[in-house]
Amino acid sequence: MPTKIEKDAVSGRDTTGHEWDGIKELDTPLPKWWLYTFYACIGIAFVIFFLYPSIPYGPGYWHGVLGYSQRKMVDAEVAKLTAIRKVSLDKIGSLSFEQIKADPQLLEVAMTDGRITFAENCQPCHGAGGGGHIGYPALAAGSWLWGGTLDDIQQTVTHGIRSGDDDARNSAMPHFGADGLLKPAEIQQVADFVWSNFYGHKTEGQDTSAGAKIFAENCIACHGENGEGNRVVGAPRLNSHIHLYGDARETIVAQVTLPRQGVMPNWNHRLDPATIKAVTLYVHALGGGE
Amino acid sequence: MSSNALAARPVIYNDEVVKKFVIAAVFWAIIAFGLGVYIASELAWPSLNLGLSFTNFGRLRPVHTSAAVFAFGGSALIGTSLYVVQRTCHARLWGGAALANFIFWGYQFFIVMAALSYVMGYSQGREYAEPEWHIDLWLTVVWVLYLLVFLGTLIKRNEPHIYVANWFYLAFIITIAVLHVVNNAALPISWYSAKSYGAYTGVQDALVQWWYGHNAVGFFLTAGFLGMMYYFIPKAAGRPVYSYRLSIVHFWTLIFMYIWAGPHHLHWTSLPDWTQTLGMAFSIMLWMPSWGGMINGLMTLSGAWDKLRTDPGLRFSVTAVGFYGMSTFEGPVMSVREVNALSHYTDWTIGHVHSGALGWVAFISFGALYYLVPVLWNRKALYSNRLASWHYWIATLGIVFYIVSMWVAGIMEGLMWRAYDKFGFLQYSFVESVIAIHPFMVIRMLGGVFFLLGGIIMAYNLRKTVTSPTTEQPRQGLETPLGGFAVAGE
Repeated sequence: MPTKIEKDAVSGRDTTGHEWDGIKELDTPLPKWWLYTFYACIGIAFVIFFLYPSIPYGPGYWHGVLGYSQRKMVDAEVAKLTAIRKVSLDKIGSLSFEQIKADPQLLEVAMTDGRITFAENCQPCHGAGGGGHIGYPALAAGSWLWGGTLDDIQQTVTHGIRSGDDDARNSAMPHFGADGLLKPAEIQQVADFVWSNFYGHKTEGQDTSAGAKIFAENCIACHGENGEGNRVVGAPRLNSHIHLYGDARETIVAQVTLPRQGVMPNWNHRLDPATIKAVTLYVHALGGGE
Repeated sequence: MSSNALAARPVIYNDEVVKKFVIAAVFWAIIAFGLGVYIASELAWPSLNLGLSFTNFGRLRPVHTSAAVFAFGGSALIGTSLYVVQRTCHARLWGGAALANFIFWGYQFFIVMAALSYVMGYSQGREYAEPEWHIDLWLTVVWVLYLLVFLGTLIKRNEPHIYVANWFYLAFIITIAVLHVVNNAALPISWYSAKSYGAYTGVQDALVQWWYGHNAVGFFLTAGFLGMMYYFIPKAAGRPVYSYRLSIVHFWTLIFMYIWAGPHHLHWTSLPDWTQTLGMAFSIMLWMPSWGGMINGLMTLSGAWDKLRTDPGLRFSVTAVGFYGMSTFEGPVMSVREVNALSHYTDWTIGHVHSGALGWVAFISFGALYYLVPVLWNRKALYSNRLASWHYWIATLGIVFYIVSMWVAGIMEGLMWRAYDKFGFLQYSFVESVIAIHPFMVIRMLGGVFFLLGGIIMAYNLRKTVTSPTTEQPRQGLETPLGGFAVAGE
C-alpha cells in the first residue's frame, strides 16, 4: 500500500503517511518528560516491591525488607490507645459510682468515654441525648421500665433485656388476644379504659366500667391498680404521658392482642465492664437518672 | 480530498443504527442525571426515600449508576464505535442492518430489564454488575454479537492499517466481555428463579469483584472513551494526531497495567498485604500510560486552539481530556495505601468517580454528540452554538460544585473517623460525621442540578438541530434509503 508522508506545516513534523477518513498522524517521538516519568514510576514500583510484601511465589510471597504487616500495625495502634485509656479505665472499673463522682478528673474521663460509647452504640435506638424513639425508651425522660438508679442501668446495659444472657431482665406479657385470653370486644373495652383513664384522653360521659373490670382482673398484677407499673417485672407505667409505643389508642389494642416484647442486647459481649460503667454514668446524667 | 485510491469508491455506511444510539444516549443521559439528582437529594434529606422500598436509595443507586455508565455511556460508546469503525475502515458495517438493529434493541432491552429488576429488589450485590443471571446471559449474547460486528467490519476494511481509535474500542469490547463473564459466574437457585448465588466466596469474591469493578472503569470508561477521543478530537480540530508512537506505547502500557490495579479498592481489608502492594504499585505505574492519552488529545489541538472559541463541541472534548488527566492523576494518588487510609469509604471516592464520570466520560460524549448530530442528520450546523456554550459553562460549574464539595466532605469524614481525644477515646461518633457533611451533600446535589440542566439544554439543542428549518443543508449528492450518502474523505 503506497503511503504518502507529508510535512505538517504547524509542527514541522512528518506524518506517518497513513490516513483514515481524513485523519492523519504525526511521527512525533515520545515526549521525554513523559518517558522518564514513566520509567521513574516503574522504578518506584520496584522499590515498593522490594520494601513491602509483594511478589508471590510457590507457597509464599516476598515479605519485604521493612517487615510491613497491616495486622501488626493495627495491633500496635490498638495497644497504644488501650494503654492510654487503661490508666483511667482501671480506676473506673475498680471504684464505686460514688467514688468516681467524687473525683472530678476521673468523672470527666468517664463522661467522655460514656458520651462516645453512647453515640456509637446506644444512639441508633435510643436517640441523640436519650430522646428515644417509638419502641425504644426515652432515657432522658425518666420513665424507666426496669429502674433508673446507677445500679439498675448498669445491670440493664450489662445483661440486656430478653437478650438470652443468663442474667438478662426477662418478662413476658401474655398474648391476651392471640392466645384467646380476651375476646376482641373485651380488648376494645380495656383499651378504652386505659386510654381514657391512664393516657388522659377522657371524654365526657364515657362509660369505661367494663374495661375497668377487665383491667382489674387481668392487668393490675403487673401494671398496678392505678397503672403505675412495676419495675421488678419491667411492666411499663401506664398513667403518664410517656408511652413506649406511642399515644394512640390502637397501640394499646395491638399490644394487648399480641404484645411486642422489646429486646435490648447484653453489652457485656462487646463493652468491657469499665466502659459499661462510664456509659451508665452518662445515661444517668441525661436527665432521667434516679 | 483524499488522494487514497480506495477512498474514491463510495461506501454507503449504516448510519441508521448510529442515529438510534445517539438518540438513546441523549435520552439516557437525562434519565441518569435526573436520578443522580434525586438520590443525591435523598442523601441530603433522607425522608425523600419516601418510606417505599422501590424509591429507597439502595435500589435507586444502581439504577443511577447503570443508567449513567451502561445506558448513557454504553449507548454513546457503541454508537460512536459503529460510526468510527465504518468511517476509518472505509467499509459498511459487517453483518447487515438487521444484526445492527438487534444489537441496538437488545442492548436497550438489557438496560430496561436491569433497571426494572433493581427497582423490584433483584440484585447480585456486585457493584456495577448488579443484574441477575438471566439478564447477564442476555447481555452476553448481545455483546458477543457486537464484538462480531465490530471485528467483521475491521476484517473487511478497505484501509491498510487499523486506526488507533479502533484499537481502543476493540480492547474495550473484548475486555468487557471477559470481565462480564468471569465476574458474573453464578448458580441460579432454579431455572425459574431470578435469584442466584455467586461462584466465589470470601476474599476471592471481593478480589474478583474489584478486578471487574476497576477494569469496568479502565476498559469501559477509559479505553472506550479514548477511542471516542481519538476520532472526534482530530476530526473536529482538523489536525493530525500528535504522536502515532505515543498512541502505540500508551495503548499497550495502559492495557497491560490497568488489569492489575483492582486490588487498590481493597486496601486495609482482609486482602493479603502483598496483593494490596501489587495493586498500589501497578496503579502508580499506570499514571503515565493514562496521561499518554491526555497528551495526544491536547497536543493534537496545537495549531487549532482558536477553534475552541468557535466550536463548543470541541471545547467539551478538550475539557474532557483535562478532567481525564486530573482524575487519572488523582486515582494513583488515592491508590497509595497511606492516602487510601484517609480516603477509603469517604465521599472523596464519590467525588473522584464523578470527576471521571462527569468531567471525562460525559464531556467527551457531549463533544461527540455535538459533532455527530449535524453530520448524521445532514444538517449544516448545530441549531445554536450559544446554547451549547451555555451547556458547557453550566455543566462545568456543576462539576466544580460536585468535586469540591466531595473533596471537603471526604477529607472531613476521613479526619473525623480517625480522630482520638486526649484520653484515647474516639473524638467523634459516626453520626456526627454524617451531620457535619450535610451542607456538602446539599452543594453536591446543586452541582447535579446544574449538570442536569446542561443536559436538558443539550437535548433541546440537538432536537432543534434535527428539526429546525434554519439548519437545513442544501441538497448535495444522492440520498439512499439506507441513510446518508457519504462522500469519502469528507
